Amino acid sequence: MGEITLTIDGQEIEVDTGVTVLGAAQQAGIYIPTLCYHPDLTPYGACRLCLVEIENMRGLPASCATPATNGMVVRTKTPQLQEFRRGVLELMLSEHPHPCLTCWRRERCGPFDICLRSVDITQRCVTCPKNGTCELQEVVDYIGIENVELPSTLRGLPIDRENPFFERDYNLCILCGRCVRVCQEVRGVGAIAFTSRGSETLPGTAFGHALRDSDCRYCGACVDVCPTGALIERRRKYEGLPDTRVTTTCPYCGVGCQLELELKDGHIMEVLPLRDNDVNHGQACVKGRFGITEVVHHPDRLTTPLIKKNGKFEGATWDEALELIASKLSGFKKNEVVVISSAKCTNEDNYVVQKFTRTGFGHNNVDHCARL
Amino acid sequence: MTFDERRKQAISDWEALQQSDKPHILVGMATCGRAAGAAAVLATIKEELARLGIEALITEVGCIGMCYAEPLVDIIKPGRPRISYGNLTPETVKQLIEEYLVNDNPRPDLAMGTIGEGSVEGIPELAELPIMKPQVRISLRNCGHIDPADINQYIANGGYSGLIRALKMTQKEVIDEVSKSGLRGRGGAGAFTGFKWERLWEQPGDVKYLICNADEGDPGAFMDRSLLEGDPHSVLEGMLIGAYATGSSHGYIYCRAEYPLAIQRLETALKQMEEYNLIGDNILGTDLSFNLEIKEGAGAFVCGEETALMMSIEGKRGMPRPRPPFPAQSGLWGKPSNVNNVETWANVSAIFQRDAEWYAQYGTESSKGTKTFALAGKVVRTGLVEVPMGITVGDIIYEVGGGIVNNKEFRAVLTGGPSGGCLPASKLNLPVDYDSLTQAGTIMGSGGFVVADEDTCMVDMARYFLSFTQDESCGKCVPCRVGTRHMLDILERITRGEGQPSDIDLLERLATTIKSTSLCQLGGTAPNPVLTTLRYFREEYEEHIVEKRCRALACTELIKFFILPDKCQGCMICLRNCPVDAIIGDRRMVHIVDQEKCIKCGTCMDVCPDRFSAVVKVSAEEIEVPSEPIPVTASRPATKKEDAGETATND
Repeated sequence: MGEITLTIDGQEIEVDTGVTVLGAAQQAGIYIPTLCYHPDLTPYGACRLCLVEIENMRGLPASCATPATNGMVVRTKTPQLQEFRRGVLELMLSEHPHPCLTCWRRERCGPFDICLRSVDITQRCVTCPKNGTCELQEVVDYIGIENVELPSTLRGLPIDRENPFFERDYNLCILCGRCVRVCQEVRGVGAIAFTSRGSETLPGTAFGHALRDSDCRYCGACVDVCPTGALIERRRKYEGLPDTRVTTTCPYCGVGCQLELELKDGHIMEVLPLRDNDVNHGQACVKGRFGITEVVHHPDRLTTPLIKKNGKFEGATWDEALELIASKLSGFKKNEVVVISSAKCTNEDNYVVQKFTRTGFGHNNVDHCARL
Repeated sequence: MTFDERRKQAISDWEALQQSDKPHILVGMATCGRAAGAAAVLATIKEELARLGIEALITEVGCIGMCYAEPLVDIIKPGRPRISYGNLTPETVKQLIEEYLVNDNPRPDLAMGTIGEGSVEGIPELAELPIMKPQVRISLRNCGHIDPADINQYIANGGYSGLIRALKMTQKEVIDEVSKSGLRGRGGAGAFTGFKWERLWEQPGDVKYLICNADEGDPGAFMDRSLLEGDPHSVLEGMLIGAYATGSSHGYIYCRAEYPLAIQRLETALKQMEEYNLIGDNILGTDLSFNLEIKEGAGAFVCGEETALMMSIEGKRGMPRPRPPFPAQSGLWGKPSNVNNVETWANVSAIFQRDAEWYAQYGTESSKGTKTFALAGKVVRTGLVEVPMGITVGDIIYEVGGGIVNNKEFRAVLTGGPSGGCLPASKLNLPVDYDSLTQAGTIMGSGGFVVADEDTCMVDMARYFLSFTQDESCGKCVPCRVGTRHMLDILERITRGEGQPSDIDLLERLATTIKSTSLCQLGGTAPNPVLTTLRYFREEYEEHIVEKRCRALACTELIKFFILPDKCQGCMICLRNCPVDAIIGDRRMVHIVDQEKCIKCGTCMDVCPDRFSAVVKVSAEEIEVPSEPIPVTASRPATKKEDAGETATND
């Protein structure tokens, strides 16, 4: 049971100390629209969509940043609040391509359909890689915007395609600051920050240098937290939505990061680090985040053990390979064997290798490649 | 030497200075004085004294507030009251030194007034002048009177007696004294200072921060700069009292780097405080320890917002963060903090040098004390004035400020800088206090007071201030970043004559959204100039949109220049001066402005001789002119006929 009792939209909710009003609402299943909020990041209060009314509090506090206190009475859906949210969202949409966002036919259109309203292809949601998973779409659908009265002031920026992993299309950026914060707070890198000010503000590197000249490690954390199509993995850009998702452990090193593979027709489209685990908490490195797709489907990748017969490697089954190793090992004395394992193996595999060496051969001559 | 001994020494030095048998010359060397040429005046004074072989004492002082009359020099001749001289040049000061100090002619023609006891024939008493009479100088008490680089002069004038008094009280008693004085934050929002201090005092923990906000950024405002340049110790003493009351151990002065003189004065002051054991560990032998650092801001307007200011001190991008948590709970480096404005701190030291009752006698029920305003714009006497709260807007402009330049008609006054609003002539009787101003749609702000006359277009003024806030928006929250840009676009459209009837509604809708949903008060107040001009000058907007007319004749896209055929003398002056050759005509032929080519620079109007006055500027009007130059028919003005011919040929 929680220590704090508060009322949100007439519903009494008990939460622990330190939980925000937004957190309390989420626990109780009350939806409050958000865009700059992310559970892994410190509250930011920039998108102004999670504003709520709290009795005895001045103005409209952002629920993502306001700690819940005992006896608080919160209203999240008054007509005035919804009107303000609509106003803010309309401002946001005036900078973001939105013909599809406000079109009732959006869900019926496919990427190759001809638009009845002749909307430019770069402005259409259905051709955006984020279509269907875009958080801006979700919020627009909740608040309901049929028409943006303000003139559209798109940025008209070129898309940054200088790195092989992801594209940066700041025409779609809503400046929620998640990428900047994840890079700083979670990754501790700070390769990007907000540049310029006023309506010129955009996330970017110091002095506008290329990412490769910045501190960027290409971990892709920014891509993962981006709510819109501004940061998109290049490989999956035009692949649409996945048909299957598979949870797996990253094969690149012994840390054992938990990953979710998004598959379509048996092929990996994108690899996403999983949040709900005790190993990597939603983070991955460049190898796990962007390297797996290519390696798994690479034609040169070994998929079976190879045994050299008559000077040539030939495919074999695991049983054959293990059988061969066992038969050869038995020809040596115990202290004639050294075992080298790989740092890419999981901890469990390496545990088995050292166990095998120590019990099977009775010595400690076991190592792995990362020490070489 | 104990502090008490130092104090006695300072007082006797000060008295010796006052009673010196040598002439004492005070030169206003604040930034306003320097900009007007005080450095050259000072150099001339030194040269003259040397030339005449006169031994005199020279003190460089801060600004006394009469910026319109800079450079200002005060001369105290033994046995005579102090006389203030204004608008001096190296030439006039040269005459003055010789005539007053040698020939004993006090030159009433150059004098502004006398200060102190005694009178001089032909020179009024400065305190009785309309600019000074309504003023009550509390925070500016020493500005212009003492040498800001000499701690002894501050001490001799009651300096640090407030700190000593506070140190004898308990922390709670100090806070209660501030609460009793009714002092409210002078930086803009007007929160009760005692309340803020109490919130910080309540917080547990041994590391708390006190911050002095000297990031004055409003266009046309210079209260804090002047105070720091003229009397830095009054601010620092206030901070020490605050540090003791709230239990803070560290402090910062966040001063914009564009104020080099203020920073220099603060640095000097801090060094002297160190020497006098007024800063650092065990101040004046008590348990109070307080370290103070100057942090130079890089000139972002938003860094005047307290949470952005703290981000900036931390070395981060200056962007506000949501509240709660309030700075008193989690401020600088996540520790309990309190931010007060320069002027607030100077008031604190004044309150403790006297007492809360004395302070609270000034002002109104809800706004106690005095407020400093930077008078700027189309007002006769621009400068820095400190008036009791409750004085009317009209009194500030007409009494203190001396009315409108060239006796033009008053149009509006903008209080509170770009976050404030415009008040029309109907509000001239409005008392200046926090609540009345808020009710009228504007804010007290930090004290900017920009006066507009009949030649100022209110739509254009709103556009200007919005363009400032739009530029200075940090870009973090959506309403401020995007909303102000849309508002600015609409205003630009209106001033170009392309406004739509629906634009006024749209402006109001956007303004309401921005005001209610912005993260910080930069966005929360940015629409104020638009909202107040819409409230008080709506007809001007409508004229721009519907009639395409700008009554102030200020919006270039809406005005046209014509040469009146019945007045034009065909003198060729305008024709030759037009930078784009938009005037056709010939000698003794009526000139005609080619409206297609005209860029509306107004040069023709400026150069047309006054006695002809043939060029007119109109808006939404057409004046009938011949389609091509015709012979001049107008009779020449009777006087200076030859002059006209000469001008034409010599030009």
